Amino acid sequence: MTLVTGTAFHVPAPGRRPGDTPDFSKIEVPRAGETRKPAVDAPAGEVTDLAYGLVRVLDHNHQAVGPWDPQLSDQELINGLKTMVLTREFDDRMLKMQRTKRLSFYMKSLGEEAVAVAAAAALNDDDMLFPSYRQQGALIARGKDLGEMMCHCISNARDNLKGRQLPIHYASAEHNWFSVSGNLCTQFPQAVGWALASSYKRSNRIASSWIGEGSSAEGDFHAAMTLASVYKAPVVLNLVNNQWAISMFQGLSGGESATFAAKAIGYGVPGLRVDGNDFLAVYAATRWAADRARRKIGPTLLEIYTYRGEAHSTSDDPSRYRPKDEWRSWPLGDPIERLKNHLIGHGAWSADEHETWRAQCEERVATTWKESIGHGTLEEGPHAPTHTMFEDVYAEQPWHLRRQRQDLGV
Amino acid sequence: MSSEIKFGRAINQALRECMAADDAVIVIGEDIAGAGGSFGVTRGLLNEFGEHRVRDTPISEAAIVGAAVGAAMCGLRPVVEIMFMDFVTLAMDALVNQAAKMRFMFGGRASAPLVLRTPHGGGLSAGPQHSQCLEAWFAHVPGLKTVCPSTPADAYHLMKAAVADPDPVIFIENKSLYGASGPAPQAENAVAIGEAKTLRAGTDLTILAYGAVCRDALKAAEMLASEGVSAEVIDLRSLQPWDKDAVLASVARTHRLVVVHEAVRDFGPAAEICAHVAEFGFFDLDAPPERVAAPFMPPPFAPDLERVFRPNAEAIIEAARRSVS
Repeated sequence: MTLVTGTAFHVPAPGRRPGDTPDFSKIEVPRAGETRKPAVDAPAGEVTDLAYGLVRVLDHNHQAVGPWDPQLSDQELINGLKTMVLTREFDDRMLKMQRTKRLSFYMKSLGEEAVAVAAAAALNDDDMLFPSYRQQGALIARGKDLGEMMCHCISNARDNLKGRQLPIHYASAEHNWFSVSGNLCTQFPQAVGWALASSYKRSNRIASSWIGEGSSAEGDFHAAMTLASVYKAPVVLNLVNNQWAISMFQGLSGGESATFAAKAIGYGVPGLRVDGNDFLAVYAATRWAADRARRKIGPTLLEIYTYRGEAHSTSDDPSRYRPKDEWRSWPLGDPIERLKNHLIGHGAWSADEHETWRAQCEERVATTWKESIGHGTLEEGPHAPTHTMFEDVYAEQPWHLRRQRQDLGV
Repeated sequence: MSSEIKFGRAINQALRECMAADDAVIVIGEDIAGAGGSFGVTRGLLNEFGEHRVRDTPISEAAIVGAAVGAAMCGLRPVVEIMFMDFVTLAMDALVNQAAKMRFMFGGRASAPLVLRTPHGGGLSAGPQHSQCLEAWFAHVPGLKTVCPSTPADAYHLMKAAVADPDPVIFIENKSLYGASGPAPQAENAVAIGEAKTLRAGTDLTILAYGAVCRDALKAAEMLASEGVSAEVIDLRSLQPWDKDAVLASVARTHRLVVVHEAVRDFGPAAEICAHVAEFGFFDLDAPPERVAAPFMPPPFAPDLERVFRPNAEAIIEAARRSVS
């Protein structure tokens, strides 16, 4: 084949590759407080500027400023901070366990703790969550037992999913927490359907879901946005733009030509860009969107703008596709440090208290890990009794499955 | 109630009764509300139950079924219409990776009990993308149930069973049956999913069919009778799970088996049934099992071509003759 000069199509590429110095100078960061806050019932057509703004509350001096400041109490903020720290310690411990082969697979949420924890704080506990891969902080915020999470990740006898699911694909009916799906963006139409069913039942419960910027390319994204818009579904749809879909930078997902929040404009849905590393901003935007949903005004798309601090999962190596420690240069900082400094700034928290809590969390997850492996390890078990894997395929076991179970000597 | 009812009307009646009995039952799909569905099955439901329970949706099978999975998780019983079975490819992930696995993935703590109604086959000269019989795909997915009735009364009873079922059910309606009449359903004759029915007793061979080709099987049995061959005709009614006891018992009496379906032959439902009979009824067989099915190709449009493509009574008779010869 002979290539004719000038016919090649554009291939987006990230500005920096391994070995380069991190450089985020092209990212425009509006001042905190600069992006306006419209009324919750503002028509979508009148808030299109927010798709190109950035909802921010914490400024560079760690003060809460501007119309989006949710005016949370110190105690509420301390609770959020503590949950974020606990999530990070949990992640760290689980990664170490994976590195020492006691866990087969893990995904950390480093740098994205506020995305999940602040959203959980802004929603009601009985709202239904349809998460993606990095929302473990929201499950922890809802009080899921850390030991149960660990037991699931190593599929031992105490795994509530009975050894059937890949690690971190938590599902918890008690916590109104839908199963994480390996097929991407499938949770978006499900969340819309759940929300519509909830409104049909005249319930005040709403749904919220998360996808990454990469899976906004899936057809289900378009299907869900259309459906949510048509019926004004009471749902908060979050698109977490953490810059990376495994090794592919956000430009390959469509982020070069428009913001991801701007996708909402065509559907007649408000689309807001939100500083995902600002606990207060995520809280305020989620609350604004949740109010719209609960008051039957309609759905909202939130582009949560953040940076994936770690590898996608334990199966990929970021040093092959991006500069080392790029996260440390991320212009929106570290969500934990920012909230910590805010609380310290007005005397509600101290560096010592912070370190004490962090150490307690580290100790707690280490102890919980030891307790968890007391119920069985990935390698040696005990796992769920073998016969149970034939259960729950159907409500009642059909004759052929029963026979196949017997054929396997179970 | 008149003693005869049309196939589509019987499904409509079942839906109406299910909706009247339980507010959780809703009907969603494309053109199903005001228009009453492309084949008229949901006609009148909008007026009776209102726009919140009978909803037209955007043209997105992925959205319809994806949302139905979410709604089912929220406690509703959605009955979804996919206008043609061919379009179900656009909703496959929601069915195969989501609905089918929900109970299993949640450790038994959740489920997605939805019903997906969709028309297949029928020889309406509707071309390669409005005619296919794709039921084998669904029968191959653990977690889904698949039914395909052949009479109005069975359609009525199976729809009621499907709506009541705790698992997701694919409910397949052959397009050639919509206008066909049959005895009206009797409340006392409820049909469970997974139960076959003997349409005609016989002693020389078993003809096993489901859906519209049951009528061809009966026609063939009538012709065979005039040749002195006594054919038993069994309507499978459910594919997943299927009634192996009825099939093996019949083969144990007749010693010969012909399986008929409108879906293409290769890797079709007949392959599974014949394999099962070969495994568990081998010594009852006096002849190799026969399959009568469409050739392994897309359905052609032109009426003359499609007539050759679809299995018919003559093809069944030929297979039966081979079997008893």
